[in-house]
Amino acid sequence: MFATVLKISLVCVSISMLGLIYRMIKGPSVADRVVALDAIGINLIAIIALVSMILDTSAFLEAILLLGILSFIGTVAFSKFIEKGEVIENGRDL
Amino acid sequence: MSSLHWAILSPFFIACFIPLVYKQFHRVHTGWFVLFLPIVLFIYFTGFIHEVGDGRHLSASLGWIPSLGINFDVYADGLSLLFSLLITGIGALVILYSIYYLDKDKEKLHTFYVYLLLFMGSMLGLVLSDNLIVLYMFWEFTSLSSFLLIGYWYHRERSRYGAQKSLLITVLGGLSMLGGFVLLSFMGDTYSIRELMGQTGELATDPLFTASLLLILLGAFTKSAQFPFHIWLPDAMEAPTPVSAYLHSATMVKAGIYLVARLSPVFAESSLWFWLIASAGILTLVWGSYSAVKQTDLKAILAYSTISQLGMIMSLLGAGAAALHYESMDKNIYMAATVAAVFHLINHATFKGSLFMAAGIVDHETGTRDIRKLGGLMNFMPITFTITIIGAFSMAGLPPFNGFLSKEMFFTSMVRVTEMEIFNMETWGVLFPVLAWVGSIFTFVYSMIIVLKTFTGKFKPEKLEKKPHEAPLGMLIPPVILASLVIIFGFFPNLLASTVIEPAVAAIQPGLSQKQFQIHISHWHGFTIELYMTLGVILLGSLLYITWDKWKCVYHIIPGRLSLNRMYDALLAGMERGSIGVTKLFMTGYIRTYLVYIFLFFIVSLGITLWREDAFAFDVGNTAPVRLYEVIISVIIATSAIVILFAKSRLTSIIILGAIGYMVSLFFVLFRAPDLALTQLVIETISVALFLLCFYHLPKLSSRKEERVAFRLNNALISIGVGVIVALIALSSHSNKLFESISNYYIENAYEEAGGKNIVNVILVDFRGLDTMFEITVLGIAALGIFALIKLRLARGTLKDENE
Repeated sequence: MFATVLKISLVCVSISMLGLIYRMIKGPSVADRVVALDAIGINLIAIIALVSMILDTSAFLEAILLLGILSFIGTVAFSKFIEKGEVIENGRDL
Repeated sequence: MSSLHWAILSPFFIACFIPLVYKQFHRVHTGWFVLFLPIVLFIYFTGFIHEVGDGRHLSASLGWIPSLGINFDVYADGLSLLFSLLITGIGALVILYSIYYLDKDKEKLHTFYVYLLLFMGSMLGLVLSDNLIVLYMFWEFTSLSSFLLIGYWYHRERSRYGAQKSLLITVLGGLSMLGGFVLLSFMGDTYSIRELMGQTGELATDPLFTASLLLILLGAFTKSAQFPFHIWLPDAMEAPTPVSAYLHSATMVKAGIYLVARLSPVFAESSLWFWLIASAGILTLVWGSYSAVKQTDLKAILAYSTISQLGMIMSLLGAGAAALHYESMDKNIYMAATVAAVFHLINHATFKGSLFMAAGIVDHETGTRDIRKLGGLMNFMPITFTITIIGAFSMAGLPPFNGFLSKEMFFTSMVRVTEMEIFNMETWGVLFPVLAWVGSIFTFVYSMIIVLKTFTGKFKPEKLEKKPHEAPLGMLIPPVILASLVIIFGFFPNLLASTVIEPAVAAIQPGLSQKQFQIHISHWHGFTIELYMTLGVILLGSLLYITWDKWKCVYHIIPGRLSLNRMYDALLAGMERGSIGVTKLFMTGYIRTYLVYIFLFFIVSLGITLWREDAFAFDVGNTAPVRLYEVIISVIIATSAIVILFAKSRLTSIIILGAIGYMVSLFFVLFRAPDLALTQLVIETISVALFLLCFYHLPKLSSRKEERVAFRLNNALISIGVGVIVALIALSSHSNKLFESISNYYIENAYEEAGGKNIVNVILVDFRGLDTMFEITVLGIAALGIFALIKLRLARGTLKDENE
């Protein structure tokens, strides 16, 4: 019963992933795509969590944490890029 | 090491010290220090005459690369001895001549004598070697040193041209000869010429026999300036005259003759050998003498005359090859051809050497070699005139000089060739005496031109750069010695017969020499056909010389525009243009094109291999069941990948690429690879950031408007092809697993042996830590490289200090 639930939810998350991919491809603006990518990251966390439940392993918990950090950093980097045109500013102190 | 080895190597040793001597004793002409060597060697080789004349021979071996059968084996029989005497004897005379010819203040004498000694040593090595590979080595040394000597005055364009031409042609022949030698050694399983001669019968039936024969003959023909490879010799006349006299009349151009004579016992069974040598020789004889008549430069006349005389010797060797087929006859008439070849070889070296030296004297004392400017020098240079007369009359074949004797013997051989019943001689054989006769007429004409146009007629002081006078004594001694030899051999030819010629003939035809044969050369042999031929030569030759002005327009028709030099130049230029064209055709400079080549090659080679080996297999037996979410993720990845192709903006492409990377990490999760998933996530993020960085720095040019990738059918086909091929190979290799994976070992031993539970990490740092180390190195290099690329920017054109 539990396994079935897990699989159903996995399929649901995958379908939502498809939707996000559609948004990312379609656009229309870069910001839409960045948000879609961010959401894909969160979705990935969900999928990994579900999969590690299915596989009955705790080996992927680091991946989940890492993904959380990365998708945040990635989104911030993209946002900064869209806003200022560069990711790492230099020469501010000088 | 025997004394023969030392004799061969001594010129090389002495050559090492020449520059030192030149620096140390600058006031003395370096030639004096060199002169003693050939004299000593000549005396040394003279000592063997008696021994070799008795039918014995000298041989010695010296290990070089014994494991490959390549040894510095020397072997001196009659033929080698004859050549060694020529090389050292004429070498001594040429060096003496060069001492007076080359100015010690204006010329770089040390280079000259180093090259000359290199040449002398390699020529000695060539004629004394018994090992084919060593022979080839010395052969290439002669090509190389000859190249250096021809280009001695390297600041002149014609010298460089001549040197390059001679090198290209002789090295072409040398390389093909090496091929022939290798084939020969395959057949006989030895590199020793002596041992190859012992298996003549077996060699002749070998399938490689003809190929080896042709390749070796190509080498001999190019070196000995046979038609149509003779074109390098006239251009080699840009060399200093001592070099022309030594290399291009007496020694190097006879290396091919030597090779043909040396290998005659191996190849002469074949009718191809006879036909090729005899016809190439006779053609060269006619063409060389015909071309010599139109030349206006003394040395060019002599060059073409050398070509024609070499052709004559070659055709005689060809005719001599027929003797092998007549073992039963008591009096083998074709043996006489070989005798004539050897005799004329000696004669030619003597008279041609003296003629070259005389031409050099004329050049040296008047400043020109052009026979249109020369004339009436008889009273100014009586001794040179005498030398020239002796040499030229001997060359023309007039009695009582030695050329007469060998020409008579030549006619005899050519007439008798027509009586041969083998080799289909009844068809074309009659051409041989006719062509020989025609060639001799032209020989007579140009010999007369050399003497009469230079020394008689009107004296034209206004055309000469210097006031002509007789040469210094030292310059005259060598040609005088050679000219006296011409006369001595002319009057007493039998001096040579038993001492030098008989052993040489015995070496060329070892099978026949068992039967006793005696050579007797006589001036008078009755009213035979060859005597009438000589008379005809003199009559017709004189007639042609007198009417020269009337028929010289013939040369505009033949060779006219069809001259071989033109063809050579056109061939060289054409090859250059052609290769540039071909290179330009495919080297477009676009990476796109090269990638197309690489991928096309990939598709074609792998596709053909799959198809020909019938390797494609598709086996679903051991595949895992496909789960729904795997399908979904695959669809996502595939869609994203396709969408990238049609993305309009680059930013979209980068974002989608990031998504693909994340999806791949999801695959890693699904297939239970946590470490891979972790790494993939981090790396993907970083590379997306890097892509953004690149994107930002793209130049803002109006032409770089963001647009879709243009569709090209070729590219689409190629990319689909690559994908299909890779998929096919992956499927096939998956279906053809041959044995079990070794991963069970790691699973069992990761904890016990290495003390770790994470198998992936244990493999990375323990079982196979070496790979990891070098991957770390790769990353380090990449980081340093990026740093260097960004920081070290040198201004265009100027080199700044990189620490600035």
